[in-house]
Amino acid sequence: MTVKYTEDHEYVRQNGSDGTVGISSYAQEQLGDIVFVELPAVGNSYKKGDEIAVVESVKAASEIYAPVDCTVTEINEVLNGDPGLINTDPMGEGWLVKVTIDDESALAGLMDEAAYQSHIA
Amino acid sequence: MSMNRQGRPSSPDSAVSNTSPGNAALLPDEPLLFEIGDTDHSGVDLPDVEISGSRLGGHARKTPLDLPGLTEPEAMRHYVRLSRLNYSIDSGMYPLGSCTMKHNPRLNEKMARLPGFADIHPLQPQSTVQGAIELMQQLADWLMTLTNTSGVALSPKAGAHGELCGMMAIKAAHEAHGESHRKIVLVPESAHGTNPATAAFLGYQVRSIPAAEDGTVRVAEVEAALGPDVAAIMLTNPNTCGLFEPEVKAIADAVHAAGAYFYCDGANFNAIMGVVRPGDLGIDAMHINLHKTFSTPHGGGGPGSGPVVLSEALAPFAPVPFIRRDGDALKLVEHADGEALGRLTAFHGQMGMYVRALTYMLSHGADGLAQAARDAVLNANYIKAQLSGTFSMPFNSQPCMHEVLCDDAFLKGTGVSTLDFAKAMIDEGLHPMTMYFPLVVHGAMLIEPTESESRQTLDRFVQTMLGLAARAKAGEAEAFTAAPLTAPRRRLDETQAARQPKLKWEPETTPLQAAE
Amino acid sequence: MRYLPHSDADRQDMLAVIGAGSIDDLFAPVPADLMLRQHLDLPAHQPEFAVEAHMRKLAGKNRAGADGPFFVGAGAYRHHVPATVDHLIQRSEWLTAYTPYQPEISQGTLQMLFEFQTQVANLTGMEVANASMYDGSTATAEAVLMARRLTRREKIIISGGLHPQYRDVVDTYVGLGENLVHLSASPEGQGDIADHIDDKTAAIVVQTPDFYGHLRDVKTLAEAAHAHGALLIVVVTEIISLGLIEAPGALGADIVVAEGQSIGNALNFGGPYVGLLATRQQFIRQMPGRVCGETVDAEGQRGFVLTLSTREQHIRREKATSNICTNSGLCALAFSIHMSLLGDAGLRRLARLNHQRASALADALEKVPGVTLLNKTFFNEMTIRIGMPAADVIDQLAARNILAGVPVSRLRPDDPSLTGLIVLAATELTTDDDIASLVAALTEVLS
Repeated sequence: MTVKYTEDHEYVRQNGSDGTVGISSYAQEQLGDIVFVELPAVGNSYKKGDEIAVVESVKAASEIYAPVDCTVTEINEVLNGDPGLINTDPMGEGWLVKVTIDDESALAGLMDEAAYQSHIA
Repeated sequence: MSMNRQGRPSSPDSAVSNTSPGNAALLPDEPLLFEIGDTDHSGVDLPDVEISGSRLGGHARKTPLDLPGLTEPEAMRHYVRLSRLNYSIDSGMYPLGSCTMKHNPRLNEKMARLPGFADIHPLQPQSTVQGAIELMQQLADWLMTLTNTSGVALSPKAGAHGELCGMMAIKAAHEAHGESHRKIVLVPESAHGTNPATAAFLGYQVRSIPAAEDGTVRVAEVEAALGPDVAAIMLTNPNTCGLFEPEVKAIADAVHAAGAYFYCDGANFNAIMGVVRPGDLGIDAMHINLHKTFSTPHGGGGPGSGPVVLSEALAPFAPVPFIRRDGDALKLVEHADGEALGRLTAFHGQMGMYVRALTYMLSHGADGLAQAARDAVLNANYIKAQLSGTFSMPFNSQPCMHEVLCDDAFLKGTGVSTLDFAKAMIDEGLHPMTMYFPLVVHGAMLIEPTESESRQTLDRFVQTMLGLAARAKAGEAEAFTAAPLTAPRRRLDETQAARQPKLKWEPETTPLQAAE
Repeated sequence: MRYLPHSDADRQDMLAVIGAGSIDDLFAPVPADLMLRQHLDLPAHQPEFAVEAHMRKLAGKNRAGADGPFFVGAGAYRHHVPATVDHLIQRSEWLTAYTPYQPEISQGTLQMLFEFQTQVANLTGMEVANASMYDGSTATAEAVLMARRLTRREKIIISGGLHPQYRDVVDTYVGLGENLVHLSASPEGQGDIADHIDDKTAAIVVQTPDFYGHLRDVKTLAEAAHAHGALLIVVVTEIISLGLIEAPGALGADIVVAEGQSIGNALNFGGPYVGLLATRQQFIRQMPGRVCGETVDAEGQRGFVLTLSTREQHIRREKATSNICTNSGLCALAFSIHMSLLGDAGLRRLARLNHQRASALADALEKVPGVTLLNKTFFNEMTIRIGMPAADVIDQLAARNILAGVPVSRLRPDDPSLTGLIVLAATELTTDDDIASLVAALTEVLS
């Protein structure tokens, strides 16, 4: 499993053609307490850069973009009752959606952990 | 203002950890209506008449109302006690940038309550309300003269509604001229959030215009963004940084040359009324907030009123109703003939606000309105001059208009944020300035004193602000992050409010009831 | 100048602090040729008594409701407002407060809005309400947009019984086209909405009591809408009716919008009024307008804040749910105070009294030769058909100092079949003498 990041602070955790998408720890810190998430419908397909979800803090609503071309296979329903999971465990329990990645090679265009750390530094 | 000062610690050393007890006697907590009222109590005496029910056709109410009542003394006390938990312009300075919290004259209120204005129906025959229509015409004439424009749509109910009206007029004009392909609206980064919201609502794409280093918009940037697909620019002038746009006329000319229209957000008209006419700057549409510039009360968030003045090019597209002379009589035209864009509200708009605004205009006169604008600008610059050594001001290259913009650079390293600073102002008996707007500077503090404040009040404000800045720099961050300490409430948990929205009162359920 | 605190000496002292020679210097960024060099051609400032005289003269040219028999309704109603209401809303702390963006020093306004929201929700039978809208007509347009967002469908069906100006406002907001279906006017109360609902329908919009005064069968319409996955928007222009007739929420409405003017607010020639919007808890993220919620402060004390503000335009900018940033705070306060004074018992009595007065009016009108009453059901408003153009008759009666109602042709000049119709309302203020005067004058004009 590898984790890749976008410049807009989404991450995708890859396992073959399956991916788990969420926002980085840095992003949740910047947003502050998350109070609401708007998740897509299972089965929806997205192109890289399409708006796939919205997370809201008290003061801001942020669109989450698809990191690669993908189709949603599962959404994290737990977030509807406990959006704070994105703050407490963004890379784990606070994931947003699981997807099937159209083309695994597209991940090569994203940042790895080291590159992302220097991106936000 | 004195509301919160009684219990305030005289020195920061005597830090208090609890809401100051010194306020408790005069600022009592008040339970909710639903906790004190009773469905058997009523503050009105009405005959209990019998009805047959046959004309209700089986639609009679069966579900409970659950509306507690209060007798008159109970109601008086409930609402008076609640009112004392509010700050207000009558009790202290309200330096909210872009909000123009000026004095609300009471003559306005008295006039609005004359039965000839308050007790007339919008649909009674027009022959019986000629005075009301004449008042609307007089208000329209004042607004057009002050702005040098050709038309006015009075009916919009607030500023954002006026914006919608003005942009609809622009859209209608483009459609009438076969220019419907224009899909882009230019909006500077510093604009009010309503501007892009309004443009998007009408199906326009928003193209953002960056501000120059000095906080103003350059005609070159506008020209670069203009094209055959641009419908309009939405520009605030004076802008949201409190600056007059020096190139506004050139921007208007460029916009017109490209076949687009100039929508001006009139939120800041108070700085220039009677001094500069927006029509002379080349605007095509501008809403005027009667609740800012013309002193109608804010009422804790409305009602507002947002008439829109229109250039000759846009005037034919004004919504109904509008006024037309019909011999000796005045006629309110209520149905779209010609190119009118439609109807934005039932009836004729905010008559109660028209009465107040015209009363204010007549009280001031042309000379007084210009003096008010000049004093508003004087007051802002007076504050700016005295804060400028201490507070960081990102755009300091020209005099400000009616408001002063600071950023949070002066707080760097103190551990005090703009929010903390604002909350500490509350403990000093002041309402905070506008925070975090405009978005173009970091940690914005936007201060608008208006013309209503005396020199003494301004001096006290300046001293308080300088004192707070000194304390922040002296390492007293904790006093700021804990603030407010002397208000009716400490900081409120907005996260909880948004995560588990509780939007109405529910009776407490005991565990036993819940088990059932 | 009584509203401006500075003397000329003050101004000079302040300019010295600023380091400017004159106030004109502060306007240096304004191109010189754009500065006005003399005052505009408008009157100069005047003493308070002179302004008052000017305004009284204008007011004196209007025929006030209290000046004689009055039967005008059609979306705005002449009711009694207790003196307490107007006294309280003129208190400084209510009248001159800003929007409660600093909750620590705005708990009065916020708690009041929380109470208002609860009153509106209970009255309409809905789970939640917002902190008010501009008025009933704009609330209706916003409800239509909300229904489209919720269903992700476009088609809206507007009942023929919706107030014509509300219909016009929806047209202007939404834009005419195939996705906006207007049913023909229904002065007899006929219902034909159910047949038009299909699987593309976002919502149907139904007013009850409708523009012509008929009480509509909300439950059947809700079932018809829900069978197709569409929402039911119920519009109420006479909010006092809910003291006597069933709450739309109890009958299946998904969004209830209303004009709240009748409670706490004077006629004011059409504004300011107060729009009400109530809906289901599950829809709150798509609900437009401000909303107040309960929370706690840093010491755990109960308090109130504006919440769900990420829906609003100052946060979401071009992605906001609507462009509205003002509510109708002071009118909502007046509504809430009056509603508290009424309470359950008072509102029921007031509603019964309105219905009883309207019944007396209907009975009297039915006896006038040449008048046909169209209503089998009504609350406090009804429609009559006469054999003459109604607008002329209304003018003739106005000349006799009787404001006899609204000719439907004033609002629907496009439909000749409505020319002979008058909508009349009665309220608790309508006396037997008023009704007798109307009947006598109408009999004379029609003969």
